[in-house]
Amino acid sequence: MISFDSVSKVYPDGTHAVEDLSLEIPTGRITVFVGPSGCGKTTSVRMINRMIEPTHGIVAIDGRDISTVDAPVLRRGIGYVIQNAGLFPHRTVLDNVATVPVLQGRSRREARLAAAELLDRVGLDRALAKRYPAQLSGGQQQRVGVARALAADPPVMLMDEPFSAVDPVVRAQLQDELVRLQAELGKTIVFVTHDIDEAVKLGDRIAVFAVGGRLAQYAEPAEVLSRPADDFVADFVGRDRGYRALSFVYGTLPLHPEQTLVLGDRVPADAGTAAEGMSADHGRWVLVVDDERQPRGWLDCASVPVGHRVAVDDLVLGGSLATPDGSLRRALDAALSSPSGRGVAVDEDGRVVGTIAADEVLTAIEQARRSDLPGLQFDTQPAAR
Amino acid sequence: MNWEWLQRNAQQILTWTLDHVALAAAPTLLGLLLALPLGAIAHRYRWSYGTLITLAGLLYTIPSIALFVVLPGLLGTRILNPVNVVIALTLFTLALLVRVVADALGAVPPLVVASATAMGYQPLRSLLTVQLPLAIPVIGAGLRVAAVSNVSMVSVAVLLGIPQLGQLFIVGFQLDFFTPIIAGIVLCLLLAGIFDTIILLGVRLSTPWTRAVPGR
Repeated sequence: MISFDSVSKVYPDGTHAVEDLSLEIPTGRITVFVGPSGCGKTTSVRMINRMIEPTHGIVAIDGRDISTVDAPVLRRGIGYVIQNAGLFPHRTVLDNVATVPVLQGRSRREARLAAAELLDRVGLDRALAKRYPAQLSGGQQQRVGVARALAADPPVMLMDEPFSAVDPVVRAQLQDELVRLQAELGKTIVFVTHDIDEAVKLGDRIAVFAVGGRLAQYAEPAEVLSRPADDFVADFVGRDRGYRALSFVYGTLPLHPEQTLVLGDRVPADAGTAAEGMSADHGRWVLVVDDERQPRGWLDCASVPVGHRVAVDDLVLGGSLATPDGSLRRALDAALSSPSGRGVAVDEDGRVVGTIAADEVLTAIEQARRSDLPGLQFDTQPAAR
Repeated sequence: MNWEWLQRNAQQILTWTLDHVALAAAPTLLGLLLALPLGAIAHRYRWSYGTLITLAGLLYTIPSIALFVVLPGLLGTRILNPVNVVIALTLFTLALLVRVVADALGAVPPLVVASATAMGYQPLRSLLTVQLPLAIPVIGAGLRVAAVSNVSMVSVAVLLGIPQLGQLFIVGFQLDFFTPIIAGIVLCLLLAGIFDTIILLGVRLSTPWTRAVPGR
């Protein structure tokens, strides 16, 4: 556990970077510090490895006041990932990852062997080991940064806006991988971001900082979204917070069987005709899957003749995918982003199990709301995230 | 060109060339060795930067000939002692390189330095194994200027009677004879080119990452 006890940071010019911060960061969980620029979130994180010393108050790790520990020794026991990875440009990928073990006195050979294994762990090809950071993409550099932070197997990891400089697609991948790694490793992670979506996605707990270094709210993500502590938090989490909060709402949704065509099949004569009790538009779209029954896209039957062999080029790419036991946010998004209006639900192996209708998601949301009186708080299952 | 004269004096010219190399190389190396710690101090402690850079600038404005003449008095060395030349040129090199080293260290990306600190580097180890290697290309560029300027400044020391390629100019002027003057100029240029190439190669060999091509 990392604890801040009445910690303040005041700079000589009188700026209050952090004001009377007290909070406890649980062991083995991801805690996200989120807030706008100048709110003291980075300053706070850097006080954990003594990159910045507090003006008042005590920061302790597992009850031990860190100001009593030699700073370089303390830092070697705390993984640190920085924006743009902060890799050493003059060292190869392998030597970058081996940095902290070498500082701890392990032989270079031994440290490199361990570093090569870490590359696998963070999803990097070993062929990259001999390259320099400038030869990697932003996403790859960030992975090296994570591998370097993990190299000495520290119990605590600090991640300071690590994914803010990569494009949204790569960022989403890196976030997913962090969640996967964390499930294996169970580190105590303090993650800094200004992006509330990232905070909600990654955090077991979120600390929302307001300008001037004031801790505005410290709670689980679902609570921050559904019950902002004050106007600042409500404003910061934004207009879409109702929608975002659906990430933490789980409900049972009726799954509808969906007729599918396999890629390469001929379009049957009855394709495009509505089944009984359905609108004509419902029949117009047919879901196309591959041999593994994984969804590939939707076929507009009005655009192809009967007997045509279905090819990838004929397809309108599908929307996002829902899972039967997933959050209502994913279910609603799957329905809204599908050209047919029917959200595709898949099982763990990505195979189609049926479709979900948007209006039924709304009904489920309504039910979740009523079942949890009073107020607007949703039924939350953070452990199932 | 009187080739016959050159042939007759080849042995003497070779000796002068080797003396010239020693007199130019020694202050270049010594100046660099002194500039590294002083430049690091100027970079590390902000209050010292202005003082050190100003002192270096003032030092550089002293005419070389004046320094050559004054140093024996200050050091108690004999006027013909080549050590005077080495010390004078070392001071000029130092004056040139202190600022280069300080600014080169200052140009290392702050994120990289912060990341070294966060990994648990002690300040000195970070300076020697992270910041200094990354500053090599800029320091190397400054060193090339210093080396070439030392090759040319050594010639001035001939006015004190210290033997090196400058002797060729004296001989040429005294005899009103162009061959040694041209030979002196060519040899000085050649030496400057060799010094420059050696430093350039050293920088290239010690900075393989600067030529790493993205996306290979």
